[in-house]
Amino acid sequence: MHLLMEIAWTHVSTRIRQTVVASLGVAAGIAITIMMASLMTGDQQDFTRTLVDSMPHVTVNAERRTVRLQPAEQFYAAAQATSAISAKKLTEIKNPRDVMESLRSWLPGAVAPSMKTTVIIHSGQKSAGVTLVGIDPRFEQNVSKLASQMQGGQIDDLYKGTNALIVGKALAKKIGLRVGSVENISTGEGMVVPASIVGIYSTGQAELDEAQIFGLIRTAQVLAGQPGVINELRIRLGDSRDAPEIAKRVEAITGYRAVSWQEANADLMSAFAIRDIIMIVIMSAMMFASTLGIYSIISTITQEKRRDIAIMKSFGMKAGLVLSIFLVESAIMGAIGVVLGWALGYLLCAAMTQVTIANPITGAAVPLPLAFEPLHYIVVALIALASCFAAAFVPSQNASRLLPVDIIRGGVA
Amino acid sequence: MTTAIQTVGLTRRIPGAIARTLVSNVDLTVEKGEFLAITGPSGSGKSSLLYLLGLLDAPTEGEVSLFGQATSLLTESQKADLRLTEIGFVFQSHYLLPEFSALNNVLMPMKTLNRLSSQEMRDRGISLLTSLGLGTEIDKRPFQLSGGQCQRVAIARALANDPGIVMGDEPTGNLDSVSSEQVFSILRDLANKGRTVCIVTHDLTLAARTDRQVRLVDGKIEKISLFRKKAVALEGKAAGKR
Repeated sequence: MHLLMEIAWTHVSTRIRQTVVASLGVAAGIAITIMMASLMTGDQQDFTRTLVDSMPHVTVNAERRTVRLQPAEQFYAAAQATSAISAKKLTEIKNPRDVMESLRSWLPGAVAPSMKTTVIIHSGQKSAGVTLVGIDPRFEQNVSKLASQMQGGQIDDLYKGTNALIVGKALAKKIGLRVGSVENISTGEGMVVPASIVGIYSTGQAELDEAQIFGLIRTAQVLAGQPGVINELRIRLGDSRDAPEIAKRVEAITGYRAVSWQEANADLMSAFAIRDIIMIVIMSAMMFASTLGIYSIISTITQEKRRDIAIMKSFGMKAGLVLSIFLVESAIMGAIGVVLGWALGYLLCAAMTQVTIANPITGAAVPLPLAFEPLHYIVVALIALASCFAAAFVPSQNASRLLPVDIIRGGVA
Repeated sequence: MTTAIQTVGLTRRIPGAIARTLVSNVDLTVEKGEFLAITGPSGSGKSSLLYLLGLLDAPTEGEVSLFGQATSLLTESQKADLRLTEIGFVFQSHYLLPEFSALNNVLMPMKTLNRLSSQEMRDRGISLLTSLGLGTEIDKRPFQLSGGQCQRVAIARALANDPGIVMGDEPTGNLDSVSSEQVFSILRDLANKGRTVCIVTHDLTLAARTDRQVRLVDGKIEKISLFRKKAVALEGKAAGKR
């Protein structure tokens, strides 16, 4: 198809202005689409990373998804158990050591035990209800980023005192805590004990920092009045995206409710899904707008080339070849636009990384999160080329259907 | 003498509110190697008849046969193939492609047919242009050539695939007398060398120098007149055959 390329290339190369305008239209659409996609994906990744870093990928709770049938209910259809009261107040994970051992044998990640309970922390006249997570410092670094989120003190400082606690920065600010201070904490039982603050952490999520404090497992067990009880296993995986699948497996094996971080943040996940849809709609609209340029320019070219088309058909060129000529022309302009758009989009992204915004919590200037995803470039290019093809199709087909007589009879050029 | 073009009851109507008959019931036979002129007043349908003969347009009724082959049942694509190989068109305007050089314009039908190697095409294109006195102009674009030169390039393009039939629609209509004479003598020469040439013209002096003139009025053949010498020759041959 040497002739086809020759004619198409001659048309686009002798009409530089039109070619440039059409290509720039495509390029602008591609560049902006790539930038938007990078920004939205980058932001989403950044947000997810913060979220995932501040919580276990899978949390195994000492509870079951469905309430167990009482023996009477199992055997007698008419029996109905109401107000059945468990002997123990707190549920627990039985034989946590064995459960952990069996999980470790196949889990692509780490698992750590913890004991969660609720306490009230007092500081002067102020107090706050918080969740105390009793952890084992030896395992903690395998399942959370707490070590890297410490802003004062270290995790191992938990060993350095009776009822040593690590509190979130937001909480410390709210009720006035600092490393080294000794405060009272009270439990649901009405017990009040002194506790020393040995560390401060910050995840970047104020809500979480305000609601969660850390201590040793033993501390939490004592305060809950449940010595020896573990009520939560926290799992961190090599790849956080595997969490839902792993959670399902853990739940099937252990019988305890295992919640992936995606499940725990289902509302966020659905918000992300909506964002993705918005992104696709905006991308399509942009590509549509930029290919309108291709449509109008191919229409113009075919209009201006009516005479040439007539003569080519008169000496025996077939409609299919004429159609291909103009489709190839639009593909050439589209391809130039794609390459320009890639470069422009990359530069735009690079420029955007120079823009910083102040983190509302830390006040630090952080660069805009941008993700460089080759997939964006490929998908946008394919959409652009397909749109160019579609945009050029109608005018090209009209051109290929021209009857030579109609134009030649039309008169003298 | 074999037949190049034959029509039977050839009719072309334009349908619509104001229906018009462009060509009406034309029976015409053109022998191979004959130089035919179609004349008539403007609007008489002479160009329409030429387009029907050259398969650029399809008749409403009737049949055009080229070299004994009926064409009414051919597809558009088959007709395009016939135009590519057997018919060369020259129009009043040269209709050269403005972005391409003289040579590339001539090469275009050859490349469309794609039967020769690119070197053979190039050689043939150059020799065609040289034979028409354009040997030094092959790389010039149409806007760099005079009207007469462009028309000669157009003739070279019409001859690109060595067609049996050359059709001219007022081929000298836009030219000054010198160029007109040049172009006409090229066509005359083609016919002398065995090609069938049909032209539409309103120039009766030129028409008189062809082998035969068909005068069309209101789409109908009014008169067929033979150029005397050729007529004698034709009659003689016909007699000889018998």
